[in-house]
Amino acid sequence: MTAVSTPVPITSVPEATRRAKRRGAALGVLAWFIGIVFVLPVLWMLLTSFHSEADAATNPPSLAAPLTLDGYKDFFGVGGGASPWPALLNSVGTSLFSTCFVLVLALPAAFALSIRPVRKWTDVMFFFLSTKMLPVVAGLLPVFLFARDINFLDNVWLLVILYTSMNLPIAVWMMQSFLADIPVSIIEAAQMDGARLPTILWRVVAPIAGPGIAATSLICFIFSWNEMLFAQVLTGVVAQTAPAFLTTFVTSQGLFLAKVCAASMVISLPVLAAGFAAQDKLVQGLSLGAVK
Amino acid sequence: MSNPTTAVSVSGERPPTAAPASAPRPVARRNRAREWATRAPLLPALIFLIVVTQLPFVATLVISLFDWNSFRPDRRAFAGLDNYKTVLSDDALRESIVTTVLLTASVVIVSVVLGLLLALLLDRKFRGRGLVRTMLIAPFLLVPVASALLWKHALYNPEYGLFNGVLNWLGGPQPEWLTDTPLIAVEASLIWQWTPFMMLILLAGLQSRPLDMIEAARLDGAGNWQIFRFLTLPHLRRYLELGTLLGSIYIVQNFDAVFTMTRGGLDTANLPYTIYETFYNAHEYGLASAAGVVVVIGTIIIATFALRVVSSLFREEASRA
Repeated sequence: MTAVSTPVPITSVPEATRRAKRRGAALGVLAWFIGIVFVLPVLWMLLTSFHSEADAATNPPSLAAPLTLDGYKDFFGVGGGASPWPALLNSVGTSLFSTCFVLVLALPAAFALSIRPVRKWTDVMFFFLSTKMLPVVAGLLPVFLFARDINFLDNVWLLVILYTSMNLPIAVWMMQSFLADIPVSIIEAAQMDGARLPTILWRVVAPIAGPGIAATSLICFIFSWNEMLFAQVLTGVVAQTAPAFLTTFVTSQGLFLAKVCAASMVISLPVLAAGFAAQDKLVQGLSLGAVK
Repeated sequence: MSNPTTAVSVSGERPPTAAPASAPRPVARRNRAREWATRAPLLPALIFLIVVTQLPFVATLVISLFDWNSFRPDRRAFAGLDNYKTVLSDDALRESIVTTVLLTASVVIVSVVLGLLLALLLDRKFRGRGLVRTMLIAPFLLVPVASALLWKHALYNPEYGLFNGVLNWLGGPQPEWLTDTPLIAVEASLIWQWTPFMMLILLAGLQSRPLDMIEAARLDGAGNWQIFRFLTLPHLRRYLELGTLLGSIYIVQNFDAVFTMTRGGLDTANLPYTIYETFYNAHEYGLASAAGVVVVIGTIIIATFALRVVSSLFREEASRA
């Protein structure tokens, strides 16, 4: 820090720094306090998921109750009940496939919008963003009717298509900004050296934009994983995804708090893990690459 | 970017990109070929998006003009703007418009303000800053349905929820959160979810501040508040606007929280939930579509406003084209 070079009258240094230090410590404690307040519900869910149903539903809450895996066993249908595996696999499948499709469509588009920009590229970018502002409920009914007429309801591929369209604009925006980071001069230099387009893409573009592309994929995956309205309306038994599954077993079997918490933990775990691992990339991506 | 409003046009028109063909022929042909070569990579994404997002909306527009209840398919008839009249005059539907506005505005405003305060706190160096940041973003990473269930059952439940459990310890009252203050209860859970997002964006903004300028201002005798007011806040402006824009787009569409926590009961039904009900349970296709179009119009109003802002993000970058 540059504080060392700040010319402050020497006599006032000890008193001022002591006060600043005390204030800094107080604000640090405040930050810790707020952080704990925010994470507490999640920790509470985690703790409850390891309690027995009887201990989970007490008032006042039982902090010292013995821990058990019953909630998780119940969720996975060990003692009977619907197995969550089909729903979990559907979620994995739709999220992975739609993310792949998004990449296949968005990468060339981002290339055309940044490395060799088409004319009026900002207009095209705005068009992409504007589709994101079209609330999904406004197109849901025709999609439902059309899918019903061609017998495509309750099919994971319908979700894959819709999730692809849901994430494509974001992906184009993010990747445009990541690709725009590549100095044109590097590409031109490679061209001068006689490198062809595939070589340039692989040797020059990929290494620089790689982390950004990874972040984009992560965000597309998370959004698909979390999506619920489409899953709720367009799937039934066969293509049901994890979030939709989560709501059905709460309503159909009454409430089992420990089991609900265990289920929520299991379903959130992939996103939590990925999100914690890639915090910085996540911000950058969620803010459409505008924040760096 | 001259006119951001064109970009929001829901029908998906976009300004023509074709070049005037006045050059001599061979050159023109070569130019055209090159134009297409640069444009081609764009086409799959564009066509896909137009087919999957714009066509259904056009269909919604058409359906919104019909009196169409799927229980009485024989009575399907052109109804003109009747559905819109119903949407705007029916108490339940009109109320859900108000609820949507309230929900969106309160969640966005509170989470941006809280997010700003948190970002300012986390911009300072202190022990365990990384850990605090990780704790703070946990709410945002929870699957939205899971977080709605968590709030409804593990926190708000009047019998054994954590809130009343703590109040019980303290000997306080035992309110029925979701029936006493349903909308506030839903908002609180959404604010908990969205504050971390705002904090992250604003923190990134704070950390990109030019430090030398702040140092210079400090040497000139500027106080903390002056630095915040005249240097930090202007610098954060676009980050604040970006957070507001993204937050609005997502929260206007919120379905998970309302669906899971209250099933739209007790005046918490926002438009997405109402539309879902109108078409999925009441099978009023025409009416649901009209309500959908109303959401879009509302979003366009917000977006036109907000896009003007985003276009300023572009101004520096646009020189590249």
